[in-house]
Formats: sequence, structure tokens, C-alpha cells
Amino acid sequence: MRFLNRSAGRISRHRRAPLAGVLVLMFGLLMTGGLYSAFSPNAQAETAVTSAEDIQKGKELFLVGCAFCHGKNGEGVLTQRGTQYGPALTDVGAASVHFQVDTGRMPMAQPGQQAIRKPSVYSDEEILQLAAFVDSLGTGPAIPSEQAYTLPDDMTDDERQEAITRGGQIFLTNCTACHNFDGSGGAMPRGGFAPTIRGVDPIHIYEALLTGPQSMPSFSDGNLTPDEKRDVIAYLQNTESKPNYGGFGLGAGGPGGRGGLCWGVGIGALVGFAIWIAAHTTRTNRTKPAAAGTDQTGASA
Amino acid sequence: MSDHPTGDHLPATVEEPIANPGLPAHTWRPTDVDPKAERRAERQVASLFGASAVFTVLFAVSYFTFEVGENWDTFMGLGASNVFLGLTLGLALLCIGAGIIQWARKLMADEELVEYRHPARSSDEDREGTLQALSAGLEESGIGRRPLIRNSLLGAVGLLGVPAIVLLRDLGPLPQDTANAATGGGLRHTLWGVRPNVRVVRDVVGTPIRPSDLIIGDLVNAVPDGLFDLHGRELQVAKSKGPVIVVKMEPREIKSGGNWAVEGILAFSKICTHVGCPISLYERTTHHVLCPCHQSTFDLADSAKVVFGPAHRPLPQLPLGVDEEGFLVATSDFTEPVGPSFWERER
Amino acid sequence: MSIDTSKVADSNRGTAATTAKPAKVGAVANWADERLGLGTAMKKNLRKVFPDHWSFMLGEIALWSFVVLLLTGVFLTLWFVPSMGEIEYHGSYDPLRGVGMSEAMASTLHLSFDVRGGLLMRQMHHWAAMIFIASMMVHMMRVYFTGAFRKPRELNWVIGCLLLFLGTVEGFTGYSLPDDLLSGTGVRAADGFMKASPVVGSYMSFFLFGGEFPGESIIPRLYTIHVLLIPGLILALIAAHMLLLVYHKHTQWPGPGRTEENVVGYPMLPVYMAKAGGFFFIVFGVIAVMGGLLTLNPVWKFGPYDPTKVTAGSQPDWYMGWPDGLLRIIPGWESVIFGYTISWNILLPVLVMPIVMLIVLILLPFIEAWITGDKREHHLLQRPRNAPTRTAVMVALMTFYGLSWIAGGNDIIAIKLHLSINQITYFLRGAVFIGPIIAFIITRRWCISLQRHDREKLLHGYETGIIMRSPEGAYSERHLPISDTAAYTLTARERETVYSPESDTDANGVAAPGTRLNRLRSRLSTLMYADNVQKPTAAEIEEAHHHAEHDAPALPAGKSGHGTNGEDFKGIHH
Repeated sequence: MRFLNRSAGRISRHRRAPLAGVLVLMFGLLMTGGLYSAFSPNAQAETAVTSAEDIQKGKELFLVGCAFCHGKNGEGVLTQRGTQYGPALTDVGAASVHFQVDTGRMPMAQPGQQAIRKPSVYSDEEILQLAAFVDSLGTGPAIPSEQAYTLPDDMTDDERQEAITRGGQIFLTNCTACHNFDGSGGAMPRGGFAPTIRGVDPIHIYEALLTGPQSMPSFSDGNLTPDEKRDVIAYLQNTESKPNYGGFGLGAGGPGGRGGLCWGVGIGALVGFAIWIAAHTTRTNRTKPAAAGTDQTGASA
Repeated sequence: MSDHPTGDHLPATVEEPIANPGLPAHTWRPTDVDPKAERRAERQVASLFGASAVFTVLFAVSYFTFEVGENWDTFMGLGASNVFLGLTLGLALLCIGAGIIQWARKLMADEELVEYRHPARSSDEDREGTLQALSAGLEESGIGRRPLIRNSLLGAVGLLGVPAIVLLRDLGPLPQDTANAATGGGLRHTLWGVRPNVRVVRDVVGTPIRPSDLIIGDLVNAVPDGLFDLHGRELQVAKSKGPVIVVKMEPREIKSGGNWAVEGILAFSKICTHVGCPISLYERTTHHVLCPCHQSTFDLADSAKVVFGPAHRPLPQLPLGVDEEGFLVATSDFTEPVGPSFWERER
Repeated sequence: MSIDTSKVADSNRGTAATTAKPAKVGAVANWADERLGLGTAMKKNLRKVFPDHWSFMLGEIALWSFVVLLLTGVFLTLWFVPSMGEIEYHGSYDPLRGVGMSEAMASTLHLSFDVRGGLLMRQMHHWAAMIFIASMMVHMMRVYFTGAFRKPRELNWVIGCLLLFLGTVEGFTGYSLPDDLLSGTGVRAADGFMKASPVVGSYMSFFLFGGEFPGESIIPRLYTIHVLLIPGLILALIAAHMLLLVYHKHTQWPGPGRTEENVVGYPMLPVYMAKAGGFFFIVFGVIAVMGGLLTLNPVWKFGPYDPTKVTAGSQPDWYMGWPDGLLRIIPGWESVIFGYTISWNILLPVLVMPIVMLIVLILLPFIEAWITGDKREHHLLQRPRNAPTRTAVMVALMTFYGLSWIAGGNDIIAIKLHLSINQITYFLRGAVFIGPIIAFIITRRWCISLQRHDREKLLHGYETGIIMRSPEGAYSERHLPISDTAAYTLTARERETVYSPESDTDANGVAAPGTRLNRLRSRLSTLMYADNVQKPTAAEIEEAHHHAEHDAPALPAGKSGHGTNGEDFKGIHH
């Protein structure tokens, strides 16, 4: 294995290799981090053409897997106390379904808790069929195409650079408050949490921004333009491809976690050394022939 | 008190019930008696020093080999320059340290010595001498006999504190002197009040917002229009007071504060009323917003009332309206100071 | 080089010192001594004896990490620009290229990305600062738990407390200098603290920031405080701390041959010079390895400070964590009195509590001395168990500190352990009061039972783990006497007497003045001493051993074939 990698941290501005090379690198990194190996759902999302047959199949899937909480026609289910058991899905759109089901958040074992990311139980085709059915129930954002969350190929280096920088500023303004500067997530009230967005597929980040899953506020196209969303994703990809300049990162531990390391590693190691320095060395029963007669209790000062 | 170390300034009872057996006899280390062990220890120490020299050379090599700047060389995903400089420097130092300590532990004489303590206080003669010198000196100065001189000197020196304090006056302007509604200066004014109907624009990009741009559940981090024309001090000060969070919710979910809303869109100061962290950790389902610094939680559907945490006051609400071009504007400045409380806040 | 102290004069007052052999080294020594009189000073101190124990080196960690701070700090000043002048970044880190920021932040990025070793020095400086403060605290624990703060060392304790306080302030000012998002958020909070001060709050804020927050003055001002004012004070106090250490001579653990009148150990030259010098390299080395391997404060990810931005997990460095934790768990108390606002929710946790904590720490030696009425010098250390109440007081303080510190990371704990911030906060609101009390009680009783165990060992020997069966079928564990030196070490402590006001009455039976205070002192003295297990008297030991011998016939030694308790005990008393 080649440990030493010269110029792996190379960034786009002064890159001499063809543009496609970097794109391949970025996607390679993303794919390794992602959960999805066999098929690229993105590619399918583009090529999928919604047909009546898909909607019908989606409806069948919906009735089996979703209707118990969301109602047979996605109208939502209320509890006896009038609170929502499962929210209405009439206007959430295909993007929302794709996000929730593809990240495994839906279906949930039981409503109430925050839905967490887990392996999806549906195939990519089934997810598209479900999305097609829910999309047919009302209006709502469609599944974004790959162009929506990828910087276009024909951008110059400087434009690309600017897009990443702007994306970073938008990220730090709108996202870090909950998801942390590192994208590693953070705590929310009453046991809720903002999940990590490290290693999340760009399409899911885009869909989450667009639809605002669970408690997350939405960043609809009227709020954050599609280009701005794309720039945020470009920034995240850019920083994820960067090395840890200063050594092993400490993730979400933040300054408090560093305090733990200061005590555990720093003070721990130094106290260990102090014990070694003051420890008595091995002794022997033999005596030094020449010194045997001297005063062994030491001189007085 | 005598000068003898065993005076009555020390506890006397530690010797019973068992008599002090005295220092144990010295025992020798293998390095003291076995020339072979001694030579081995000597080699150990020297090789530690030698290893240190090698690491120092490697430090210099790393310094000139690994690139920083735009194209950091990496090592297992870490910055190679930093990792190798740190490791080689650290190991060079650790080897010297370990070598010296090994030298002390194995080869330097290790018979314990005994030193006697003396009481911290001076001897009676010394005290007496000092007191005499002191009173002689004071007597010769006449400070006791001439109260006029003494007191006037004390007064004059005491007054010298005045320049020290006065000189600090220009560290900054007084809070009330900066108050200026026309520029948004001072603790009670922000950029929202510099003219009527300041547009609410998106942070970073600076574009204005139409109510129809937003859907239920949207959160916009916004600032007053004109903020990005400012620079330096003015920009930073305006940014520290002006930012707002704009949210859109179902109008029927608004419990209070709805009269300053436009189509379910509400705007609140982003500056926490506890100690001033910007907050925008918004939950669209509960309409609660959380401060990431000290976890104060505010209910935006209920005039940003505090529902949890150390904050006492609700976030100030910005009265919203729509201008003739259909963009969101603030119909006036905040009606109370934004950010943390201060002593004369209610005045 | 060695200086033959026998060849220099005893003092520099009378005739000049002369060397018998004007060798080259001797000539240099002569030259120096004739001008500086070094002979006298060095004669006393070159072979000064220091006792050897690992816990005596904790303060050294603080000293050496401070030296590392000075060295790395000087390096950083060569590039750092303490200015809030606004510039556009055009350095090597491309995601921030074109972003407006202060010169302080831009120069920090330049140091991190374009100066080779600059990032290492930044990280070493920061790690060294955290270790500096942590080691001061560990050192302080050691001094307190062993009673090393007692007369004549109270003033050195006070100096140490001031050093801890100054170190914390120094750390906070340094943390604020890069002007990144996290440090700026910290400064913003500090602005909130100042504004909350009664009467002068907003004036203090306007004076410190040169106008409204954040202004353009705070970084240069903090810089001067960070590189000049506080390091100067710290250096002066460290010098005083070390001088007093040398003057008082180091404390030592009791043991055979070690008494209140002497100090037993190794000489400064060569052993301690080598051990302390070697430890300097080790502290430096450990900090360098940490700086090389562990990321600290990646300011490029935070971005420049912008008052409109914030990040989840905003926390100060660990040593500021405990007041920040109190700030998190205090309820939202604020009152308006005669139209003036008093923010208890800020005042109590960050302005009152740290000062109260500092004052309590400073006063601890004096309070104890008042309760015990002890005016003697103490040079032998006490084991923590032999001062149960004192130990319990510090453990209670540590528990309070620890719970407050946990509160300072409640968001991190919530997300790591899948708990609710709200529940953690409610729990800690109670725990910071109840926890220290429980810790006090448990620690005190624990110490007393350890004392009891020591007494058992003295009287009945140690437990061998060998179970013996008597002819009657009764089982007992065989105890063997502990060694002479171990027994002496265990008994090398004082007997304690509970103070009672009656003993203060004069010959006519008239109570001493300040009786109410005396009653309080008596109650505290009872708390300190009454439950302690005192060491056995010679008669008790004699009796116990005799008892063991007396029991021996009950176990027929001849039949068992083993030596019995009593026979073994015969050997101990010579």
C-alpha cells in the first residue's frame, strides 16, 4: 500500500490535469464513503421516466409499507388526541420520498422518535415507483438530477473556486449552527439531533435542503437558489477531499473533547514519565568491593 | 527560640509508638557492581543520544522535503509536513530526555543524602538587628515626627492614581455617546432603523425576499439591506446587531406575535438574549430555536418566548411588512435592545 | 564542568577567593566569582537535596510546559499580525480564498499553511497551554491532599492559586487571538459577561472593545495582555514560587530516617539537574508529538469570525468549561430593580462563582490552620487518608468542578450518549448541589475506613490469605506482622486532639473572648478530627501482640506444623 501520497490535497485552482480527472476523484471519494455500491441511484433518477405503470406499482408498495401511518392516499393519519400519527404526504413530492426511503429513514419501526439513517429496505426501482406514486398525489419537488448538485464541467477554475468559497460561506451561515463546522452534527432540544452530513450522498443533501426532513427547516428554491445549494455541496465535497492537515481529527468532540485528550494523553503520559523518573531502579545483593566500607547512610550537609 | 533545628516549632510526637529505625542501608544497583551492566547502561544512554541526533537530522530532512501551501503532501490522509516535523522533533527531544534520565538512574551516584532543615523564621539576633536598623532608619528620616511631610506625601502619591485612571478614559466612547438612530449606532439602535422599510435580504448573497419565495418550514438567515455596503468596524458592528432569522409557518400555528407577521412569515433577532451568541438552530415542527452556546430555547410561534435554558428574555421581534415592489421589509427597528441584558437596559 | 567548592571562600565579604590550581576551568570560575560572588550561593545550592517521588514532579510539568509556551509563542509572534484590519484572504487554503477577514485570522492561516512547521508550532503552543493549566491543577491537588500547604508554605500556596488564575486568563486571551469563528463567539460571550456587570457593565464593554462590540481594537489589546502583561506576571510569580521552594526545602514523605528536621534525597548536582533537565526534554517531546499527531483548533474549518455565524458544539477550551457549564444550567433569572437590570443568569455563574472558587482555594490553608490552631512548621507530608475531612473537602470541590464541567459539554454528551439536553440540564441543576455533599460523605468515611485498616495492620499484621482450620473446626485467616519500616511509616503521623473552647479558658475559669467563634471552631474541629482513627499507642501494640501470642496455645503449634500468629509476632519487637 502506498502511504505517502504526494499532492493528494491538490485543489482545483492550479490543477493541470483534465477537469474530468478531478470529477472522477471526487466521485470516487464520495462513492467509497456512501452506502450504495451496486447501482448509482443518481443515474437512475435521471433516466427514470414516470409511467402510469410505475405509479400503480408504487401505490401497491405504498399500501403495504406506508399507508398504515400515512393513510391509503397519503392524506396522513391523526391520533385520537388529534396529533399527527403520520404526516400527510400529498404535497411533499418525489424528492422527499427519495430522501426518506433511500436513506432508510422510512419506513420507521414506530412513529414518534427521530427517524435515523439505516440501510434502505427497498430497491432503487421500488423507491422510484414509490416516489412516482406520492408525486402523483399533489405538487412537490421532483428528484433532482445530477446536474443540480454538481458543478458544471464548463466552469473555469476561478468560477469553480468562487462557487466553492460562496458555498462555504452559505454553509457556515445556514448549516453549521445545527450540523457543526465540520458537518459532524449536533444536539437539538429534547433529545433530538442534527445528523452528520459527512459522507452523505450529494443527492440526499440536496433533497434534504429542498424538503426539510423531520425537524429540519427547508431551504426551498425560493429560499436558497438551486445554484447556492449546489455550491454548498461543492464546498462539502471539497473539504471532504482535503487531508487532515494537523494530524488526527477529533470530530465533534470539539474543545471539550480536546480537553479530554489533554488530560488523557498529555497529563497521562507525563505522569507516567514522572513515575518512571522517580521509580527505584533494580537493586542487587552484591556490594561494591571498594565502597563496602564507606558510610552508607549518606553524608550530612 | 534556639537556632537548633529541633525547636518547639516542629511537631514532636511522630516518633512514637515505634522508634524511627533510621535510614535503611544503601543497596547497590547492578550497574554499580557489575562492570558489564555498567557498560551496557552506558551504551544504552549513548544510543539514545545517538537516536536523538538521527531524529534531528530527519526533522531537517522533513522540513525541506514535504511541501505545504497549496499542495500539502499527505501521509495516510494527514498533513505529512506537520506529522513528520512533530514526530521527529518529539522523538529527538524524548530521546535526549530519556537518555539523561537513564544516565541519572543507572550511572550517577544514588546514595541518598541528608540535609538539615532550619526554621523559616530568622534567628532572634537577626530580628533584633533588623528592628534596630528599621527604627534607626525611620528615626533618622523623621517620618514619625513630621506628620505634615508624611501626610502631604501620602496624599500626593495617592492622587497619582488619578492620571492612571484618567489616561484610560479614551479606551472607548461612552455607550450613550454612540447612540445614533440614523446610523444604527449604540446599544438601542440597529441598521433596521436607519430609514423606513429596510429590506430583509439573505445573508451572504444579499438578495431581497418575496413572501411567495418561501414555503412553510423555510428558514432564512437574513440581514438588513445595506449591510454589505459597509466595511471594517461599521460592518462588524452592524453584523453583531442586525442579523435576523426569518421563518415561515402555518398562520394558524402562530400563538402570538402574528400582528408583525406577513403571510405566516416572522422575523426575530438572531442574537441570543443570554450572552449574545447568534442562534438559528430551528426545528420546523415545534418552532423552537436553540442556542448552541448555552442551550436557551425559544418558541418562535409564541413571540420567541423562552421555553428552556438560562435566557430570560424573548428574542426581539422585527415587525415585517411588504414594500411596493413586493419584497419583505422591516416596518421599524426592533422595539427593544437586541442581545444580552445590561444594567441600564430598562432606562 | 564541576566546581570544586572546597577551593572557594566561605563568603564573599572578606578576602577574595583564590583557587589553588589556576586551571582553565578554575580560571573561569575565579573570574566569575570575583565579580559575582557565585561561590557562596552555589556552595549552598549545588548539592541541595531534593526528595524523590513521582508526585513531586507534577509542578515541573507546569514549569516546563510554560517554557515550551515561551519558545513556541516567540515563534508565532514572528508571523502573527495582531490586527483587525479587514483584508481579503488570498493565501493557500482555497475554500476561504476571497473571503474578507481580519489580518489576525489571515496571518493565522498563513502560519498554518504557508510557513513550514507553523501549524506544528501553533498546535504545540495550544497543547502546551492546555497541559500547563492541567498540570497546575494536578500539582495543586497533590499539594492539597498531602497537606504540603501547611506552615511555612501557605504563601506559596497563594502564589500557586494566583498562577492558576493567571494561566486561565492567559489561555482565554490566547484562544481569542486568531479571530476565528469559535474564538470570536467566545469573545462575544465575554462581552455579554461584561455587559451584565452591575453599574459599569456597558462602560467596561465599550472601553475594552473601543466602542461597540466587536470594534477593531480587541485583538491588539488582547495581544498585549497575552504576550506582555500576563506572561510577565506569571514569570515573576513562578520566580517567587521557586525561590520559596528552595528556601523552605521540599517536603518529604515520612519514612525511616525521614523526619521533620531533615530532608533526605538526591543532590541537585548531578542527579536532580539531570532528572529535571531530562524531564524538560520529555515534556517538550510529548508536546511536540501531540502537536504533530493531534489536530487542535482547525481555524480554517471554522472560518473567520463573523458575528452573524455560529457553529454547533460552541465551547470554550476545557479550563473555561466549568463556568460555561454553570452558565448553561442556571435558570433564566433576571430582575429589574428600580429600573436597573440585574442578570443573575450571567452574574452568578461567570462573574461570582470563579472569584468565589479562587478565594475559597486561597483561604483553604488559613481556614484549616485556624481550626487546628496549629502554629508549627510541617515538612512531613500526610497521606490523604490521614486527613479525612480535608481530603473530602477537596473531593467535594472537585466533584462540583467536574459536574460543572460536564454541564459545559452537555450538548456533546447528549449527542454521544443519545440523551436529551433538557434532561441532562435538569439533572445537573440538582447534582451540582447534591453531588459534592455525597462525595464529601463518601470520601470522608472511605478515608476513615482506610485508617482503620492501617490500624488493623499495625495491631494484627497483614492478611496473608492463608486460611487455617483449628482442631475444633473453626476457620481463621493467618495474619503476619508487617515489617519494622512499614510499621514505622504507618505510625509516623501525629495524634490529633479535638479543640474545645473550654481548654481556652484561663486559670480563673473565664472563657476566652470570641466565644461564639470558638464554638464554631470547636464544631469544625470535631468534624475534622473526632471520627479519625488515631494510631495505636505503644501499649496497645504491645497488648495486641501479646494477645496474639496468648492465643497461640489454642492452636497447638506442634500439630499444625506451622508457625502460629503468636510465634511470628514474637519477632517484631526488638
